[in-house]
Amino acid sequence: MSNTTKDWTAQIYAIRDKQDQAAFAELFAHFAPRVKGFLMKSGADASLAEECTQEVMATLWRKARMFDPSRASASTWIYTIARNRKIDALRKQRRPEPEDLPWGPEAEPEQADAIGLKQETEQLAVAIKELPEKQRSLIEQAYYGDLSHSEIAEITGLPLGTIKSRIRLALERLRHAMK
Amino acid sequence: MNMTDTIKHHLTPEILMAYSAGTLPEAFGLIVATHVSMCDTCRSDLDSYDAVGGVVMEDAKLANVSDDAFAATMKLISSGDSTPLTPRRSSGTLPSPLQDYVGGDLDQIKWKPLGMGVKQAILPTSKAATARLLYIPAGAAVPDHGHNGTEMTLVLQGAFVDEDDRFARGDVEVANEDLEHTPIADVGEDCICLAVTDAPLKFNAFLPRLAQRFLRI
Ligand SMILES: [Zn+2]
Ligand SMILES: [Zn+2]
Repeated sequence: MSNTTKDWTAQIYAIRDKQDQAAFAELFAHFAPRVKGFLMKSGADASLAEECTQEVMATLWRKARMFDPSRASASTWIYTIARNRKIDALRKQRRPEPEDLPWGPEAEPEQADAIGLKQETEQLAVAIKELPEKQRSLIEQAYYGDLSHSEIAEITGLPLGTIKSRIRLALERLRHAMK
Repeated sequence: MNMTDTIKHHLTPEILMAYSAGTLPEAFGLIVATHVSMCDTCRSDLDSYDAVGGVVMEDAKLANVSDDAFAATMKLISSGDSTPLTPRRSSGTLPSPLQDYVGGDLDQIKWKPLGMGVKQAILPTSKAATARLLYIPAGAAVPDHGHNGTEMTLVLQGAFVDEDDRFARGDVEVANEDLEHTPIADVGEDCICLAVTDAPLKFNAFLPRLAQRFLRI
């Protein structure tokens, strides 16, 4: 299993349920260098990126209760925490966030939903890796904040259009293979 | 706040992706967060864009964290605020992200008259773009105008019709340089919208330039 598709749910639940520092250390070893790398590519200098990374990881611990594996993979969830910290630190403006969903984080998520979402995220990672180099780097630039809105407008047909249809194709193929 | 079934006009993919990337001016972030609070379709699309961000971050070039980073983080955790988090949900007409800017629901909006019964309230955001609430009495029109940049309008109460289509609660109209329109509120109910612009509007007849500057339209 590659790192991209590793499932970190057990570690996050261990933090949520028993404040498990060993589980947190595992998450830290994997995600902290990625969060810091992401923040530096987004324009933070090394010391700001270091400071923000520690805050992002501390937020992960504090918000472990809010993690819902049927709605987001660990990497998606941690990305949104890092993205929010980036807006606070680099853009220095308020960051309006959508309301929480009615079922909230208290209810235990459906196992089947979590598995479906995990498969989808894996497919998404593969689909992005398989994009032509130029398209992939445009997507990366969009997330690092290197593209203007009109440039983003030119590529947004891509992630949802191309990637979603690729996911659909990959799932079809998978279903055929299992028949 | 969910009312997905009746929403016909959604956010554009580029605006959702830019929100996910964290690159939007605050006023546009506000309209995205407000619409997503009302719309499962766009929430799910936003989840997909966040997942793309997760993959980009997974593949980011690794940066070395300092030797004491883990210990420093544990210290942050033990010194931090441990108040339990409660889900944010609005029971009023305005979704929570908007209530945060208004300081409450509809009754807390500080309207300023624009003439002909139309009122506005500008919300405090960063200067890169302007967010305003618009109040259009039932059956009344917003003066005919064109756009210098992008204008996004989200209906919060009532509905309006313009040259393009009909827009009801939850619907977003995206207008740019190509569109000139005269939005008219439905007769049934006064219409309240959130309108976000990244450049001043071009009014064709009603408002002289000076008034436009004064009213920050
Ligand atoms: Zn929508
Ligand atoms: Zn307009």
